[in-house]
Parts: sequence; C-alpha cells; structure tokens
Amino acid sequence: MTTTETPAPPERPDTADSLEIRTTPVRKRLIPYWLLLPGILWLIVFFAAPLVYQASTSLQTGSLEEGFKVTWHVATYWDALAEYWPQFVRSVAYAAVATVLCLALGYPLAYLIAFKAGRWRNVVMILVIAPFFTSFLIRTLAWKTILADGGPVVGALNHLHVLDVTSALGITEGHRVLATPLAVVCGLTYNFLPFMVLPLYTSLERIDPRLHEAAGDLYARPATTFRRVTFPLSMPGVVAGTLLTFIPAAGDYINAELLGSTDQKMIGNVIQSQFLRVLDYPTAAALSFILMAAILAMVTLYIRKSGTEDLV
Amino acid sequence: MTHTETPRSSGGDVRLRGISKTYGSFTAVHPLDLTVPAGSFFALLGASGCGKTTTLRMIAGLEEPTTGTVELSGRDVTVLPPYKRQVNTVFQNYALFPHLDIYENVAFGLRRRGIKSVKKQVEEMLDLVQLGPMARRRPQQLSGGQQQRVAVARALINHPEVLLLDEPLGALDLKLRRQMQLELKRIQTEVGITFVHVTHDQEEAMTMADTVAVMNGGRVEQLGAPAELYENPATTFVANFLGTSNLIQAEVVEAGGEELLLRAGDAKLRLPARRCSAPARSGDKVLAGVRPEKVSLAHADAAGTLAEGRNRLPGRIKDASFIGVSTQYVVDVPGLGELAVYEQNIERDGRLVPGAEIVLHWNPAHTFALDADQDIDAGADLDEEAA
Repeated sequence: MTTTETPAPPERPDTADSLEIRTTPVRKRLIPYWLLLPGILWLIVFFAAPLVYQASTSLQTGSLEEGFKVTWHVATYWDALAEYWPQFVRSVAYAAVATVLCLALGYPLAYLIAFKAGRWRNVVMILVIAPFFTSFLIRTLAWKTILADGGPVVGALNHLHVLDVTSALGITEGHRVLATPLAVVCGLTYNFLPFMVLPLYTSLERIDPRLHEAAGDLYARPATTFRRVTFPLSMPGVVAGTLLTFIPAAGDYINAELLGSTDQKMIGNVIQSQFLRVLDYPTAAALSFILMAAILAMVTLYIRKSGTEDLV
Repeated sequence: MTHTETPRSSGGDVRLRGISKTYGSFTAVHPLDLTVPAGSFFALLGASGCGKTTTLRMIAGLEEPTTGTVELSGRDVTVLPPYKRQVNTVFQNYALFPHLDIYENVAFGLRRRGIKSVKKQVEEMLDLVQLGPMARRRPQQLSGGQQQRVAVARALINHPEVLLLDEPLGALDLKLRRQMQLELKRIQTEVGITFVHVTHDQEEAMTMADTVAVMNGGRVEQLGAPAELYENPATTFVANFLGTSNLIQAEVVEAGGEELLLRAGDAKLRLPARRCSAPARSGDKVLAGVRPEKVSLAHADAAGTLAEGRNRLPGRIKDASFIGVSTQYVVDVPGLGELAVYEQNIERDGRLVPGAEIVLHWNPAHTFALDADQDIDAGADLDEEAA
C-alpha cells in the first residue's frame, strides 16, 4: 500500500469538511418543518383563521345596517339552541340512520370486493367510485327524478303497499316519497355510501387470509370466523367509515333542501338560511359552533367506546 | 357446536390414498399414497413448489383434493371442512390473531368447541411452551420464537389426532431454529401426538423426524428413516438434496456375486451388490456414489502404503477450505470431474495443499449405485437456494 507516501491533506479543505459536518444535521433537522409548511399554512389560512373569525362573529351583536360589534353576547348560543333544537335532533337522527344504512349496505359490498371479487375487483371498485365523476348536486337532483311522484319507483311502492306501511311508521306521507324523511335519508345514504365502502374495503383487504384459515382450523364455523376474527379486525374500517359518513351527513343541507320539505329541514339548512337569507350572522356562527362541538363530543365518545385506538 | 371427542393423549394415523391436486393444467401433487403411523414424527421434505405444503393443506382440509381420499384414524374425512377435522395446523408465519392476546389465542380452539372452563388448560399449555408470564401480551409484542411457541400451543391445546406443521421454523434465525427443533421434538415425545412436518431444510427433517418423505415435482421420491435415506438414496435427487454426494459415471464390469465391479474412467470401483438400486448386468451404465465424509486423501507418494481392497481414484487437489471441525477439499479427478472430500482435522498431512497430486480412497462398503438414466445434478443446488 502507498498510504505512508500520501501527503497530509492541506488544512483548508479539512476545516471546510468539518464545517459541513456541523451544518448538515441542522439542515436535515429542518427538512420535516419545510415539508410541513404548506400544510400548516393551508390550515392557518383556511381553517384556523376562519374559525377565529366565526368565533368572534358568534359573539357579536348588531344589524346589517348599523354594523356588528363584538359584545361577548353569549346568550346568542342559548337562543339559537332553544329555537333550533328540533333541527339539531333531526340532523343527528337522519345522519345516524343514514350511517347505519350505509354500514348495512357497504359492509357486504366491501367484503365482496375484498374477498370474493377476484379479477372483478377493480371493476367493482370503479363502479363504487363512478358516482364521484358527477357533481353532488346533480346526483341529488337525479334522486328527485327517481323518487318523483308519478315515477315508476313510487308507482311500484304504491302498488306493493310499501308506502302504506312507511306512512304508518311516519317516515313517508300519503302516497309520495319526495318531501318526506325517507327521501332525505335515502339521498344521504346514497351520497355517502362510497365514504363507507372505501375505508371498509381498505381494512378488510389488509386482513391476512391465513387468519381465516387458522380460525377454521381451530373449529370456527364460517359465521363464527366472521364474528370472532373478520369483524373485529375490520373495526378500524368500520370506525373510519362511520365517521366519514356521519360527520358530513350531520352537517349536510343539500339532500334536505332538494329531497325534503320544510318539515325535514336539517341544521345545515338553518345555518345556510341564517347566513344567506336572514343575514343574522351571529346566530349562524353560533349554530355552526354548536354543531361542531356536538359532533366532536359524539365522535370522541364513539371512538372511546369502540376501543379501536390500538388497532388503527 | 362442533362435535368433539374426549381429548386423547395419543395421536391418530393419516392415510392418503391416490390423493392429487391440479390447478388448471398444473399438477401440484401427483396421485400419492402415503401412510403416517400414529404417534410418529413425519417430515415432508422438498424444495419450494414440490407439493409438500399442498399435501399438508389437503390433510388439514384447507385444500380440496382433485382425486383420492384422506383418512384420519380410519375415518374418511375427504369432504369434511377444516373445522370438523380433529387436526390442527401450525401455520407458516404463525397466523396468530392480532386482536387477541396470547391467552385468548391459545383458548380460541377450546372456546369454539364450547368448552367453558379453559383457564386450567390454557395455563398448563402456556407453561409447556414456557410462556406463562406472557399470557396478556399481544402477538406483535412477542419475538419470532415466542410467537412460534404460541402457534404450537394454540394448536396442541386441542389435543388433535394429528398436528400439521407448515415450515414452522422458517422465519427464525439459525440458532433459534436449532433450539426450537429440539423443543418441538421434546413436546412431540411428551404428548405423543402424530406430527406431520413440512420443511425445505434437510437438516431439520433429519434431526426431528422418525420418517422422512422426500418430495420432488409433486411426487414422493423416497420415504424412510433419515439414516436410511442418507446412506441409501434411491435417486440422484435424494442423493444430492440430502447432504452432498459424489456421483461418478461408471459401467458395470462384473455382476452376479455379492459384489459389483464397476469401471469409472481407468479406475475400478467395487461396491456391495445390495447397495445398487438399479438393475445391474454387465455393460450397464450406473452412477456410483460416495459421501464426501467417507472419502480419505493420501498424498500420491504414500499411495503404496494404502490397505488393499479399498476403492481408489487418482486426482489433484483443486481447492481446500478449512472450516474448523473439518477441511473440505475439491479434488479434480481426470476424466470424472470434481469430487468433494471432507476430512476431519485430526492428523493433517502438510502436503495436502491445492495443486498436490493425491489418491482418494474409501471403503467399498460405503459406495452406492444409482440408475444412470436420470439427471446427475437433480436436487444439487436446491438445498442452498431454499436455505
């Protein structure tokens, strides 16, 4: 070897090297923050700032002509709640029913895609996502046509006397579907179904098929295997799917607007009209905050109850 | 719930009759007859894709045979689903339930059979596999070796007639694997259940099993006790897959007596006639085989001092590698190719270095002969590949 003959490296490059060694980790440590920056900015501009603005709006009093001023008038909250609690209850009820229906329809579908579809998997997935290619509004308007009074669906339901039963239950009125709770819940269920199916599919698809074999090997019949292995392991998907369905459904106003009547107004409709028609901004902002707090409380309770923190 | 018998301490036998499995045009297992005696430790050994796992899955009921029947303890179970068979499996990568703790994983089978008081049995089983203190942990909190023991406990607690093990040690490192081999052997002796073990590791099969079936291309090549397979391989695949063999192209010169006389190149080789698995008449081609550890080396100058009646081949050392207990030589024999020799490091002759002219010699009784009508290299590289 010739190491002994190699001249000692000059001083200057040596110090430059050690300088670089000292600076690189600092730069490296900053990289995560740079990567976070766009997200943080986005959150500040489009979430935190409007939130603060709305909070201050909800505490203002005044009128459009005289202008609004922050007067810390907390009573707006109580007044809003006292006046619009039926719409709150209705929103939660409709959203809950729609979520349960989504789960009932979505779980078998996701199960089918994950375990039985084989080479048709992608085709079925596309069919699930396909409605997203049209706008939410148009899809909901289409349901107006589907459920129209003289339409074939209502005709068939009348013929089979289904509407007599649903009317007795109070979810439809007379011989029509439109402008009844049934129509609004149908619209919600349809519109939010993909939000249920996709997370369910993701968590079902992750389950090792050998776990099913192991359960069968350990004397579990197919139904028991589902109850003891498949369903518990799909809980993260169930929780994610129900949240992704329930939260937007509770705040939705399009379905109630297009498919319901004044008797099916949800809290979203109230907030919309307070903001855009009545122009009572403080009440609208207060209602928004109440809705947000209520959903936050319900979701927290739900996640606690379902005990899936360590499964996600 | 599933009908269950009272747990029995001894195992049942497995009888496969004409069992086969085809997927489309691919035949994974050719029609196969196999009997695993009750209480034995039986290994299905072969490289990946040889059909050993498919065979195991057909016994478990996880795969439906295309033809043939599966019998457990004399009962035909071919059409029974897995949950109705008195058979349990230790899966490759264990397939432990991630949402249940160790205790519940082990109790799973008992609970499914409607047994209410599982505590005593689960605790006993966890003690047997030395995992008592881990009962409330989740599988992902355990090491590979511990997970493996949970998988064994989860299967054994059901007192199956047959325990099936699908490459159970494949995911463990070498040292742990050796340890678990002894552990599994101990458990099997203790509980007396029939074990059917699928592995690609020939050493593992030989260490643990009473009987080994060597599978290749969906067929059983040879079946027997490990020593029997090693000493008397019936095919080149078995000779090469189980350990290493020197196979030499030879021609029968003299047959009929107790001994066969062969000619390999210019040399004469002798072997006991009963160790030739091919029909040998004068003029037939055979493959003469000898294991590397049975062969000795002598320097060419010392050739005269060798005892009479030994098989000899002249050659030159091509390579020597010292591996502690032994030295492994590669010897080039003119006209016959390269042969391997493992010499114990007892009295090393300083002249035995690469390039030296030497004579290989061994006891004719250690020679075997195979039908020359097969691939001389079959199974030679699979072993290292799989390991």
